[in-house]
Order: sequence, then structure tokens, then C-alpha cells
Amino acid sequence: MMRQAATSPLLKVENLVVEYVVGNKVVHAVSDVSLEIARGETLGLVGESGCGKSTLGRAVLQLRPAESGRVLFDGEDLTAMRGEPLRKMRRRVQLIFQDPIASLNPRRRIGEIIAEPLVISGVKDAKERHDRVCKVLNAVGLDPALVVGRLPHEFSGGQCQRICIARALVLNPEFIICDEPVSALDVSIRAQILNLLEEMKARFGLTLLFIAHDLAVVKAVSDRVAVMYLGRLCEVASSEQLFARPAHPYTALLLEAIPLPDPDFKPAESVPVGEPPSPIAPPSGCRFRTRCPRADERCAREMPELRAIGPRQYAACHHPLT
Amino acid sequence: MSGPALLSVEGVAVDLPTARGNLRAVDQVDLHLAAGQTLGIVGESGCGKTMLSRAILQLLPKQANLSGRVMFDGQNLARCSAEALRKLRARSLAVVFQDPMTSLNPVLTIGTQLTETLQEHLELDAPAAKRRSAELLAAVGIPAPEQRLSQYPHQLSGGMRQRVAIAIALSCEPKLLIADEPTTALDVTIQAQILDLLAREQKRRHMAMMIITHDLGVVAGRTDEVAVMYAGRVVERAPTQALFKQMHMPYTEALLAAIPKLETAPHTPLPAISGRPPDPTRPLKGCSFSPRCRYAAGRCASEKPSLAPAETSTHHYACFHPIRLATGART
Repeated sequence: MMRQAATSPLLKVENLVVEYVVGNKVVHAVSDVSLEIARGETLGLVGESGCGKSTLGRAVLQLRPAESGRVLFDGEDLTAMRGEPLRKMRRRVQLIFQDPIASLNPRRRIGEIIAEPLVISGVKDAKERHDRVCKVLNAVGLDPALVVGRLPHEFSGGQCQRICIARALVLNPEFIICDEPVSALDVSIRAQILNLLEEMKARFGLTLLFIAHDLAVVKAVSDRVAVMYLGRLCEVASSEQLFARPAHPYTALLLEAIPLPDPDFKPAESVPVGEPPSPIAPPSGCRFRTRCPRADERCAREMPELRAIGPRQYAACHHPLT
Repeated sequence: MSGPALLSVEGVAVDLPTARGNLRAVDQVDLHLAAGQTLGIVGESGCGKTMLSRAILQLLPKQANLSGRVMFDGQNLARCSAEALRKLRARSLAVVFQDPMTSLNPVLTIGTQLTETLQEHLELDAPAAKRRSAELLAAVGIPAPEQRLSQYPHQLSGGMRQRVAIAIALSCEPKLLIADEPTTALDVTIQAQILDLLAREQKRRHMAMMIITHDLGVVAGRTDEVAVMYAGRVVERAPTQALFKQMHMPYTEALLAAIPKLETAPHTPLPAISGRPPDPTRPLKGCSFSPRCRYAAGRCASEKPSLAPAETSTHHYACFHPIRLATGART
């Protein structure tokens, strides 16, 4: 397989559209999303529940069929692949989920759970499998001798997430999609897992798509951040830029809404911004306009395209803040 | 704290029998809350914060063993009959849970659930109860309240359901509202709206409120006093301003440090707390936090520090090596 030059993005999503049919209605989960992730980069993807961020993650892996658009991984179009070639390609991409306990089979021992990807990908030598399982367990900070023979229920949430990370790493992937990997964990454990992900990324040369709803968590690990609202990207910018000078009013709203652990910070009496509309009937024009303090009639008429606002900053807004 | 206590929790302990032996979920907790004041209870999962709220509400699991005293509005709740408790919880001691679906009945309309409460406890007639229900829904920020009355819980979003649960909790003008992780299941923009709503109603009604959360950010701007729990005990308690200005308990400091901050540059390693909380069925002899504490030394492993006041009588902490003001040096 020919590898592309190191400068080309590892992942390129072009005009991706994913829709669900519920009864006789269509849910517009992901609408015309394009983005790129460079090799070695972490792209954070943030948004509230139902904005389509998890669907986008799954559509990248072809776990959700796309209506239209392309997903290029290392230059090859995954949407055009089927069967064996797609399965081979998927070994290079792994997923880590929000609920670490639910994503481990409760009846299998940890050693078997982590070795399973190796079995499926045809590593026949049991000794080699065992060695590789031990290697990744050590890497995630668990003692293989104490872990391999035990069942998932014997571990805490944080330890189960370490096991999930070990399983994701065992095939030496290049790219990992982390879908809310720390949302179910306590604060003190969350910091451990975030540090571990950063460490693993450096050690194994990984590229990450980090999906989360918590902006501070996303900032801690991301080089660039994409903000999603009702199936569309509102803003894509470098982490520093996005948090220092958000361009899209939705990004600004998200930042304002975070409760800070500082009693001198009096939360601004939040703007009556209501709730997000249904993705079954998204608003015309800009999808955020029904909650946007800057919206005017142009926003209802004309859908804003993602355009450059500044260096490394793109926003889909007719009235950006910067 | 100012004024006489509306709620006094005195030496409360909760023991739960488990297959692994006795589990002490709450261990010798003392708390006081005056009318019109807000208290934040902060801690991670398993620290006993929810069990403490259940102990106050007298809603513990059947096999649980409660010791100590809970005084509310002049009454010892442990001595109240089941009927008296039911009346009390309906009128003056209200609660809002994390998942509104646990308190809303899925097969009854919002209107039925609200008017039922009002008719039963405030003895309003049907038209008056209906009118009051619509007013309550409007007060908690639900648009088109009249139409909402005929809807079922599943027809509402999570945020709207939590508003309904708050409306029901507030319907009989409670003296104390216990909000147990009221916004944990909600999105951040909705969370801000619900916290604002709770703060507004608390002030307007001069109601006492206890917010139970794992998020220091939730209590920082919205409480008068904070109690931090770890392994069943209150390990630090202080007026909110004083606590955030100077934490004395290493656990509180470490918990705050472990939260990712917006102002920190990307890829900065987080000061994580190593290890995890002790097994509650195997209590430690010394300070429960000592195995994870970077300041632990000497008697920390062999002796349990009690919650004692610092230089100001309102700031309490349970630590042999508290973090000090100004120099940051340790005693």
C-alpha cells in the first residue's frame, strides 16, 4: 500500500452528509461537514448532545453509511471500500468510547479482551499475542500479571478506561477516535486518563480525533478544535485562538456557560438562549440563528459557509465576533 | 453561616451491609444550614454525598443503618412517623434529582403531576390548582405552559424535564431544597440556565438550598458555604469565598488542580491525583486520603484527623498537615 507524503492530511472528510430515518422523518445528523486532520495532530470536536459529533466519528470509520461525501484516510476513500480492504484499513483506526465498563464484555477475561483484535487480524502465535497484550498493559500503567486473568467487574471505571485504551493500542493503530473518553470518570481519574492519552499519543505517534462536550477537557489535549452545532461545523480554529478569541457566537455562548471554579467569577445572568431546535427540522439559513443574539433576516435566508476569519481560524457566520 | 439552623446534621453515620462486609457510606458528618442559605456538598462518586442527602430526607435503603441526628425545622426526623415524613417531604423539604425521569411519572401528564401535588398538599380546588400549575411552569421558564400541562414527560427535552421537576419541588414553597447533581445530565448551555433558575428561585423564596455536585465550578459562584467530602467524611468546610481563597485540605487543593482549566495552554500535563479512593468496606486506620496525598507523613497513616476549625472559626478542615495561607508553607 502506498503511503502518501507526510505533509498530506491523514484524514480528510469532504462534504460528508449522514442522515437517519426515524419513522417517516429524516434526522439531519451530519450536514455537509468537511475537515482535515494532519498526521500527529489532535483535533478536538465539541458540541452539545445531539449535534452529530458522535455520528461524525462513526461515519469516519464507516460504522454509519454516509448519504454523500467522502472520507479519505491516508489518501484512500473509505466510503468506496467494502469487505476485506475496509476491514484491513480499519485496523489502522481504533475507537475508544465513553462508557468503559459497557464497552468491555463482562464474561471475558481482560487478557482475552485485549488479545481479541490480534486474533481477528490473524496473529496466530499465542506467545506473540501474550507479549503484545503485556506490552500495551504496561504502557497504560497496569501490571499484566495482576490484570490478564481478571474480569471487567473487578476494575473501577478509570481502570476499565485504561483497559479500553490498551485494547485500542494493541494493533498499533495510526489514528484513534476518542468519543467522550473521560465524561463518565471522576475529576481525579479524568486527569489521569487525559495525561495517559497524551503520553500514548507521543509514544506511539498517534493522530487523534477527540470528541467531547467539555471545552476545557478538549483544550487540554487538542491542537485544533472544531465546534459543531445541529450537524454543521460553526468554527474551526487552533486551540489557543478559539479560546482566546472565539469568532462564532455559538462558541462564545459555550465558553460563557462553563461554570468556573472561582467564586469571584459571577456567572453572567445567562442570555435567554433557549434550547437547540430539533435536527429533524433544522432552521433555515444558519442553524444557530434561533438562539443567536446577533441573528438578522440574512441569517434566516442564507446559510453561512465556513470561511477564513483569521490565521488558522474559520467560522460559518455572517456576523462573526472578530 | 448566619442565623439559627433550619437543618442540623449531627454526627450522622450511614452503614450498609454488603457481601464484602459493612460499608460505612457516611462517617460522622456534622452540618448546619440556616434559612435562606445555600450549601454546596462536593465530592467524587462514592464519597457518600448522595447517601448523606438520603439520610437527611430519611430515604435510605431499608437495610441501611443510620446513626446520629437530623434536626429539621425543630423536629428530629428519625422520630417522625412515615406519614409525617411524607407530609414534610411534600411541603417543606423538597428534592430535585440528577435524572428527572426518576421523579416524574412517565404515564401521567405534566399537568396531572403538578395539580395532584397542589390539590393534595395545598388543598387547592381543581381550577385553582391548574392555574397555579401553569404559573409554576412559567416561573421555571417553560414556554407555552398551558399547552405543556397536557404533555407527557417523554415529549419534553432533558432540560425541560428538569424544569418540570423543579416546578414540582417548588410547588409547595419548601423551606429547604436539596438538589442532587441537578445539572449533571444536561448540556453546558442548559446547565447554566438551570443553575440560574435555581439561584433565582432560592433568593426570591428565601429558601435554604443544598447543592450536591462533583463539580467545584457549580458551587463556586452559587453557594454561601461548601463542604468537601472524601470517603464518607467531610474533610473541609468553609464559606465559599474563604475556601477558594485558601484551601487547607490537600484533597480539596488536588481536586481543584486536577480540573482542566480554560486558561491553561494545550498539552500541559494535568496535576492528576494518583491512585483512587479507598475501598469503603475496608476503612483505613489513618486519614483516608493519606495514600494519595503528597504531604502525608508521620501519623497520617495511623491516626484519623478530626474536622477542626482553622484560625477563623468558620473554616474547618481534617488534616494534620494543612496548607497554610500567604507563604504556602506547611505547618
